Amino acid sequence: MILLKLKEKYDIPIEAEVISPDIFFDKTHTELCGLPLYYGNKEKKLGEVFEVEGEKSDQIYLEGDLSKIKKIGFGMSRGKISIKGNVGLHLGAFMKGGEIFVEGDVDSWVGAEMTGGFIRIKGNAGNRVGGIYRGTTVGMNRGTIIVEGNAGYEVGSFMRRGLIVILGNVGDFTGSYMIAGTIFVFGTLGARTGAGMRRGTIVTFNPVSLLPTFKYDTTYTPDFLRVYFHFLKKQGISIKEEYLKGPYRRYHGDISELGKGEILEFAA
Amino acid sequence: MLKIINGEVYDPLNGINGGIKEICIRDGKIVDEVPNTAKIIDASNLVVMPGGIDIHSHISGLKVNAGRGLRPEDHRRMVIPKTRITRSGTGYTIPSTFATGYLYTKLGYTTVMEAAVPPIGARHTHEELNDTPMIDKGCYIVLGNNEFILRYLQKGEYEKARDYTAWLLNATKGYAIKIVNPGGVENWKYGQDVSGLDDKVNHFDVTPRQILTALAQINQDLHLPHGVHIHCNNLGVPGNYRTTLETLHALEGKRVHLTHVQFHSYGGENWSGFASKAPEIAEYLNQHPHATIDVGQIIFGDTTTMTADGPWQYRLHKISEKKWYNSDVELESGCGIVPYVYKEKNFVNAIQWAIGLELFLLIKNPWQVFMSTDHPNGGPFIFYPYIIRLLMDKNFRDEMTKRVHKRVLKDTVLPHITREYSLYEIAIITRAGPAKALGLTHKGHLGVGADADIVLYPKLENKEEMFERPVYVLKEGEVILQEGQILKDWTGKTIFVELPENKAFQNEIRDDFEKYYTVEFSNYPTGLETFARYESVKVSI
Repeated sequence: MILLKLKEKYDIPIEAEVISPDIFFDKTHTELCGLPLYYGNKEKKLGEVFEVEGEKSDQIYLEGDLSKIKKIGFGMSRGKISIKGNVGLHLGAFMKGGEIFVEGDVDSWVGAEMTGGFIRIKGNAGNRVGGIYRGTTVGMNRGTIIVEGNAGYEVGSFMRRGLIVILGNVGDFTGSYMIAGTIFVFGTLGARTGAGMRRGTIVTFNPVSLLPTFKYDTTYTPDFLRVYFHFLKKQGISIKEEYLKGPYRRYHGDISELGKGEILEFAA
Repeated sequence: MLKIINGEVYDPLNGINGGIKEICIRDGKIVDEVPNTAKIIDASNLVVMPGGIDIHSHISGLKVNAGRGLRPEDHRRMVIPKTRITRSGTGYTIPSTFATGYLYTKLGYTTVMEAAVPPIGARHTHEELNDTPMIDKGCYIVLGNNEFILRYLQKGEYEKARDYTAWLLNATKGYAIKIVNPGGVENWKYGQDVSGLDDKVNHFDVTPRQILTALAQINQDLHLPHGVHIHCNNLGVPGNYRTTLETLHALEGKRVHLTHVQFHSYGGENWSGFASKAPEIAEYLNQHPHATIDVGQIIFGDTTTMTADGPWQYRLHKISEKKWYNSDVELESGCGIVPYVYKEKNFVNAIQWAIGLELFLLIKNPWQVFMSTDHPNGGPFIFYPYIIRLLMDKNFRDEMTKRVHKRVLKDTVLPHITREYSLYEIAIITRAGPAKALGLTHKGHLGVGADADIVLYPKLENKEEMFERPVYVLKEGEVILQEGQILKDWTGKTIFVELPENKAFQNEIRDDFEKYYTVEFSNYPTGLETFARYESVKVSI
């Protein structure tokens, strides 16, 4: 186990893609302290910014107000990062595997373009949870993100596979241009949900205002929801009994694109 | 002063084929001899060639910049950090200007021609070329759909079209005339294209055939150093080889250069019947030495296609369902950009790949066919060494042929071609040939009086590695690269033509400029103050 304690809070962002189990697992304490971080455009050492305890482990614990520390767990493929405190941008972006747990809020681009792994956030998340960087046409591809608080705009846009669960509210453009995958939102949704989606599923338990390019199909109780609810219960998330019963209104769209996406709206 | 000794020299323009020869350099030029005090580079076990010349590449200007903007994901794929000498850069298929200069140098290329500049974008292009270090550069001016040209041709005023061209080339500091889908881009302004050489252009009573022959004639009458540089009609359309042959027939006897001919050598009536007609094109070129071509070989992988050919890019956007950029350049031209992925297992892409190689291998005279990927349309230029290996190594080619879609083995003649290029021929298609076709008399060879742009490659069995890793690159006699490390941030020259001009003619167009252009007439020409370094090629009529 490796423990990193932030020494002081910074106003200028620090780029810390070295904080990743893939890099830490074979490093001695001295090597760990010597890893480079970028403080603005200047190089700093990990040992200058954090108090480092432990060595050679892929279990990383972080403490302190990390809201200016960017790119933690960037591209990681194994191990576990646990964070107590708020975290900055790009947490777990391009992640391939492993787990990240955060007790606090995170900034935008959590798990952006990830291809595997598990992220769970106790607080709120910023914009583009599981989203894309500008220009990419295929976003999150496998993996799971659970946010217990609220999330911002463009949750899971261009998502290709995987699961995103938001227990709080979300902003506009949730699941925009989705190619496939599943998004659960237990709170309220912003405007233009599923704009441009080709396939994929967005499940919501509150009334949602839909674009005119979504068409009502039927009201029913899909069986597959039980599988998801079972998984979420195992994660310690309580699901209301009525959600299991349904029924749900099914809309398909976005018919200005392929139109094979679905939005399921809890109807009772 | 510098002397390169013991090197195996390949200098096709002077007929030197692998002989050991001393090369002496003074004041940036190659000379007969230098005093004994001169610095010596021992080139034993190295191959000495003139610096590479890329006759057709898209490295700067409006559409390249728009392409950079359209594809932020492309920048993330290749990031080049700053060093003590060089500046930073990004971009895999469309590198930023500084990166472009460094990457070309690392391949041993010292001169690159930007292939399509709409006249109104000339100033922008030159500003960007100023920031493209290491290489010498020039640009071709797009004229095939220019409103003035079309209007003069409609009225049959050939002299005015000629005077306009002379004025425009001087004003934009261009090097040659480029024609892109003549008539088609003009029709695209109305959502249409032309399907052959005898279709009418909307609102002008002219045909692509007239545009082509007139501009080729103008090219001849103005004694421009390069032949007219043509991107034919119907690019990428199955069955378009007929248009290509027709274009060549129409321009018989004139100096023409057809560009990225791979994209113009397709048979079949539709995509499922897509086939190679490279043998037909090669057959024609073998009998008609008046024409030169560059190939536009495709490279499997991700790339960004960009051309002034708006209607084709719309079609490609519909085929690939990728994002699309389209632009209309006032009165002059158009532009489209679409990202594209060439796949080994896609039979159209695989046959395109085979067509490029067939063109290289079936055209007997290497002075007629030049290396290009139409960067970045066929693929990034950084893959030139890979193409060289395909041409020089039959076994490697066979291996690749077996890897791609099986219709290549069945439907093309590529597997039956046994020809392998020699180093001498490679030196022709990458250096001497382009220099000759461009009329750059002081480049592409190592004779006395030539620019001392010299590359020293290691002698390796694997030709891809050999051409990827020049040991020395010299620019005007200065060592700018050694063992893969750039030693000097060199500023190259911009090359343009200087034509005698009919001064009275300017009054003719001034009114129309003031009326229809967004730029004032007096602000339109690019002045000499724009250039960091330049070299004008004076042309006398």
